[in-house]
Amino acid sequence: MFLPSLAGLFFYLNKKMNKEIKNIKKLIVNHSLELDCGKIIKDFPLAYETYGTLNKNKNNAILVFHALTGDQFITNINPITKREGWWITAVGPGKAIDTNKYFVICANVLGGCMGSFGPKEINPETNELFGTTFPVITIRDMVRAQIYLLKYLGIDKLLSVTGGSMGGMQVLQFTSLYPDKTYSAIPIACSASHSAQNIALNELGRQAIMADPNWHKGNYFKTNLSPDKGLAVARMAAHITYLSKQGLQEKFGRKLQDKGSLKFSFDADFQIESYLRYQGANFVDRFDANSYLYITRAMDYFDLEKQFNGNLSLAFKNTKSKFCVISFSSDWLYPTSENKEIVIALNTCGANVGFVEINSDKGHDSFLLDVPEFLKTLSEFLSSTYKEINYEKRI
Amino acid sequence: MKKEFEIILQIIQNNKKVLDIGCGDGTLMEYLKVNQNIDVRGLEPQKDLVQKCIAKGLSVIEGDAEKELVQFPDKSFDYVVLSQTLQAFLFPEKVLKQLRRIGKQTIVSIPNFGYWKVRLHLLFKGTMPITKNLPNEWYNTPNLHMCTIQDFVNFCKEKNIIIDRSLCLTNEKISEITNNNKLYKNIFSQLGIFLIR
Repeated sequence: MFLPSLAGLFFYLNKKMNKEIKNIKKLIVNHSLELDCGKIIKDFPLAYETYGTLNKNKNNAILVFHALTGDQFITNINPITKREGWWITAVGPGKAIDTNKYFVICANVLGGCMGSFGPKEINPETNELFGTTFPVITIRDMVRAQIYLLKYLGIDKLLSVTGGSMGGMQVLQFTSLYPDKTYSAIPIACSASHSAQNIALNELGRQAIMADPNWHKGNYFKTNLSPDKGLAVARMAAHITYLSKQGLQEKFGRKLQDKGSLKFSFDADFQIESYLRYQGANFVDRFDANSYLYITRAMDYFDLEKQFNGNLSLAFKNTKSKFCVISFSSDWLYPTSENKEIVIALNTCGANVGFVEINSDKGHDSFLLDVPEFLKTLSEFLSSTYKEINYEKRI
Repeated sequence: MKKEFEIILQIIQNNKKVLDIGCGDGTLMEYLKVNQNIDVRGLEPQKDLVQKCIAKGLSVIEGDAEKELVQFPDKSFDYVVLSQTLQAFLFPEKVLKQLRRIGKQTIVSIPNFGYWKVRLHLLFKGTMPITKNLPNEWYNTPNLHMCTIQDFVNFCKEKNIIIDRSLCLTNEKISEITNNNKLYKNIFSQLGIFLIR
């Protein structure tokens, strides 16, 4: 009796969230966009948020790209989930990406579930939610859609584009598509083409969702239930990949949940188990399972090298941007070696590139956490770039 | 070593592309950037120094020259600069080969182990020389392959490396090294600076 009522509560909350999503900033893109899959979309919504003020010269704008489970609410309190923005450590007044100084923009990606065109939106042709009839989108589609937002906001050239993980992939795709649209670019903890290991891990998550009987081939919105179990398992598995072995060991070790002894059951004996269960449960009330499928697919399809016939440096051939590539020593999901491939490609085509690997035991998640050396690098690279372009302007 | 930078700046003309190997905290890079419009990049193995460079707005890649130089394309820089670092490599010969591949010309400076104070230190004290330029003890020095001005000239000759210019620093004074004064310079100069290709 307890379980269905809990699911009903989630459903209710979900509905409430959907209602609130209607009140967020949204641009209806009145252009047609041909997706990589061949389908043409038009009049599609792009939900976004901005922080800070655009200066007179319009040269202090930073476009932040969010990662798989992020959204446009980078900092402050997310008005929908009522939780802290996903990059509150880095973005805000006086922080590395200082909103007193810069105008920070972030859009919810295509395929997302925070108001942008995604599987949770209504298909105007059928008047039903898209679900899995939503077209498969790519990182390139996501980036192309966001260029309309810049036009709408009246920004010709950005100070910087940045993002970690899938956000970093968008940075790479952006600089490749638009070689003169940003003074600088900071791809963080990412890769120019998704590795087999990462595809495998994403597939694990997708299969967990699809194995949930509530998924109903993506049509769960027609029922009162949603594939929360599957989505939670997907999140739990993914969450492990965002941490490092050393970090996990130090934080949890073999610590037990209750101080006593083992319970000889399958309850969460260990703290790490209960932590993961919490992460999973927490995730399902803010994220849509179908969105998870679509966005992970977009990541898997990302192969910038292939877009340029196996020569990654051609992707950046015409770039005028100054790059700062950042990786983390304990990140095994997007390891330093993959970040370095980007650096090598940039170097090969003579692009202006700096690179640093930050020491951290916090794994891939380092870019979201309070890692002072990282935040310092981010802050100083941005302010030196900002100084440089304003100095150049004067002379 | 401000004088050394002056020499390097003199050699490099305006609007050139330069790669500084082992750029440290970017002092030379900044000097080149500020004094002339030089497009300068750096390679540095120490994280904290790379971070300092990035803070200054310098494009520096974290990496070890013995491993990372292979990624740079042929003749992609007008000048590659190696300031007082050659002696610290495990395989200086290999590094030099890479530098000459990447740069149209290479500027190499070496602390001169033939400097008279170094010679006297070893001769009279009988211990490994410690000077202003070589401040470390034998057991913690990063310098694995010390050489003299004469050694470097001999090496270039043997390896068919063309020396376009050879300069030295004697008590903060810059002068050219010629065939006639080489013996003398090898005793009295603290630093040799060579433009090679």
